[in-house]
Amino acid sequence: MSDHEHEGGEPELGLEATEAGHRQAEERIFQAETSEGAQELLPRGSTEASELRREVGAVLRLPEGGYVDLGDIDIERRDDETMIINMGPQHPSTHGVLRLMLELDGETVLRTKPIVGYLHTGMEKTGEELTYMQGSTNVTRMDYLSPLHNELVFSMATEALLDVEVPPRAVWIRMLMAELNRVSSHLMWMATNGMDLGSTSMMIYGFREREMVLSFFEKTTGLRMNHNFIRPGGVAADLPDGWQDDLEVICDTILARSFEYDELLTGQPIFRERSEGVGNLTAEEALALSLTGPILRSTGVPWDLRRTMPYLAYDKLDFDVIVGTYGDNFDRYSVRLNEIRESVKMIRQIVEMVPPGDYRLQDRKVTPPPRARIDESMEALIHHFKLFTEGFRVPEGEVYVAIESPRGELGCYLVSDGTSKPYRMHIRGPSFVNLQALPVLLRGGLMADAVAVISSVDPVMGEVDR
Amino acid sequence: MSVLPEVPRLPDRLVDQLAFPGRNTYLRMVSAFRDAGFELCADVCAVDYLTHPGRSLPDGVTPERFEVVVNLLSLSRRQRVRIRVQVPENDPVVDSLVGVYPGVEAMEREAYDMVGIIFSDHPDLTRILMPEDWEGHPLRKDYGVGRVPVQFKEAPGPR
Repeated sequence: MSDHEHEGGEPELGLEATEAGHRQAEERIFQAETSEGAQELLPRGSTEASELRREVGAVLRLPEGGYVDLGDIDIERRDDETMIINMGPQHPSTHGVLRLMLELDGETVLRTKPIVGYLHTGMEKTGEELTYMQGSTNVTRMDYLSPLHNELVFSMATEALLDVEVPPRAVWIRMLMAELNRVSSHLMWMATNGMDLGSTSMMIYGFREREMVLSFFEKTTGLRMNHNFIRPGGVAADLPDGWQDDLEVICDTILARSFEYDELLTGQPIFRERSEGVGNLTAEEALALSLTGPILRSTGVPWDLRRTMPYLAYDKLDFDVIVGTYGDNFDRYSVRLNEIRESVKMIRQIVEMVPPGDYRLQDRKVTPPPRARIDESMEALIHHFKLFTEGFRVPEGEVYVAIESPRGELGCYLVSDGTSKPYRMHIRGPSFVNLQALPVLLRGGLMADAVAVISSVDPVMGEVDR
Repeated sequence: MSVLPEVPRLPDRLVDQLAFPGRNTYLRMVSAFRDAGFELCADVCAVDYLTHPGRSLPDGVTPERFEVVVNLLSLSRRQRVRIRVQVPENDPVVDSLVGVYPGVEAMEREAYDMVGIIFSDHPDLTRILMPEDWEGHPLRKDYGVGRVPVQFKEAPGPR
C-alpha cells in the first residue's frame, strides 16, 4: 500500500496520458462511425469561393444571378469568425430525424445543409418485392401523417396501369377520407408549429382536434394510422353506420375551434412578431426549387392539383384555393389554417353527395370476393386464393400519377413488366423536395427562428427518407 | 426545327406527353421545354431495366440498361410531360439539370445514390439517403434485397 502511494506522481501522469489518448482514439472512432463525410457541410476554409457563392446564391442555386449581389458575399471571412453547428438528428424540433448543419455568424445563419437519410428503410426496394395488393400496406408508412394520400396515389397509379375505373361511391369515399386526412395532418402541423413557437396550448388543442378525426378513421378503417384502407380497386370497407352524424360533429367542432386558433395565434402580437417576415420566399424561388403545396401557395401561386388538374371528383366540389402574398412563416400558417376550413367545407359537400353503390370494383380479378362467398362458391375460393398468393397481373407499362397531399405534390411513378409486382415504384415525396427550401429560408435569419422555419416547411421524415 | 416532339395527347388525362431524347439532346430538350412554359420539374428518378429489357419503346430508341425519367409540369398550360433518357450500363452519365431547374438537386442526388447514375456538372453529387461509405446502389436490380432468415434460435446476422 505504502509503496504504491510512494510512487504516486509519475505513474499517475502516465495513466492520465493514456486516458487522454484513449479518449482521442475513442473520439476518432466515434467520428469515423458517425460522420457522413462529403454529405456534410464543409468548413469555410476548405470550401471554394465558387461553392460559397453558390451556397449563398441560395444556397440559392438559382440560375438567374439577379437575386444574388456578389458584392454582398463575404467570401474572405475567416474560419474562426463563423461556427458550424449541428442541429439534430435527435432534436425535438426537427420533426423526426432531420439533421441540419448550420454555419453561424454570431446569431445569424449563413449556410445551411440538411442531411437526411437517417430514417431510410428502402421502401422503394421493398415495394418491388410486394404484390400490388400488398403495396398499399408499404406506401402508407411513408408519410405517416397523411397515410391515406399515399395509399390513394399508389392505388390510382395501379388502376391507371390496369385501366380500370373504380365505382363512384369508392371515389367519393376516397375523397372524403383524403380531406379528413388533410384536416388531421394540418391540425398536427398547427400543434407542432405552435409548440415550436412556445405555445403549448396550441399543441394540446391541435392534438385534441386531430384525435376526433383519428377516432373516425379508427371506426372506419380499424386503425388510427397506416390504414391500408384505400386499395387498388376501391376501398377496403364501406363507411360505418352513422357516419354522417360523426362527420357533422367533427365538422362543426373543428370549424368552431379554428376560430379559437385565430384568437390564440392569428391575432396575437407575439406570434405575429415571430412569424411575419421570417423565412421569406418568392414565387420564382419556389418554382425554381420545385416546391409545391402550401409553401408554393403561400408565395401567391394558385397551384393546387385538386383544382388545376382535378382527380377523383374534385371538379364537382366547390372550394377555394388559398394563397398567400409574402411567402413568410405567417403566410404558410394562414394557408394551412384556411385549408382546414376549406376541407371542412368540402367534407360537408361530400357527405351530401356520396352516391350509393359498390365501394369497390366487382372485378374478381382485382378485388377479392366477400368472405361469405368463399364458403359457398368454388370460383370465389379460387379467386381469393389466387389474389392473396400471386396477386393480380398488371399490364406492362409505366405511369406517373400525382395528387395534392397536405404537403404538396405527391407523385407515384410505377413501372410494370406484366407481373403481379411493380417493376419499379418511385414515390415523389413532397417533403423530400420541399426540404431544399431550408437553406433559402434560413439564410440571414436568426438562429432562434430556425426552429420556426423548419416547422413551417412541414417535413415528414418518413416520406423524406422512405 | 423545333425540339419539342409533336406527340398527340391521349384522351385519358393520366397519360402524359412522352419524349425520348438521346443523351446528347437531353439537356437541350429540357431547356426548350422550360422556355416553352414548363416552369417546374416535378420529379427525377432512375430505373434499372436489367431484368426487363423488352419494354415497349418507340421506333428509333435503343433500349439501354438504365433510364432516367424526368417529369416536367407546366402550371400555365396545366400539362405534364415525361422525358425518358436511355443511359448505357458501361457509361452511366447524363447531364445534370441543376442549371435549368435548381430544384432537381436533391432528386438527382437520390438517383445517383439509389441507381448509380452520374450527373455530370452536378454541384454536389454525394449520397443522400445511404451512408457515405455504403457500397453499391440499392435500387439496381442486381443488388440483393437482403433479409434476416426466420429462425428462433441462433439466427445469423442480416445479409
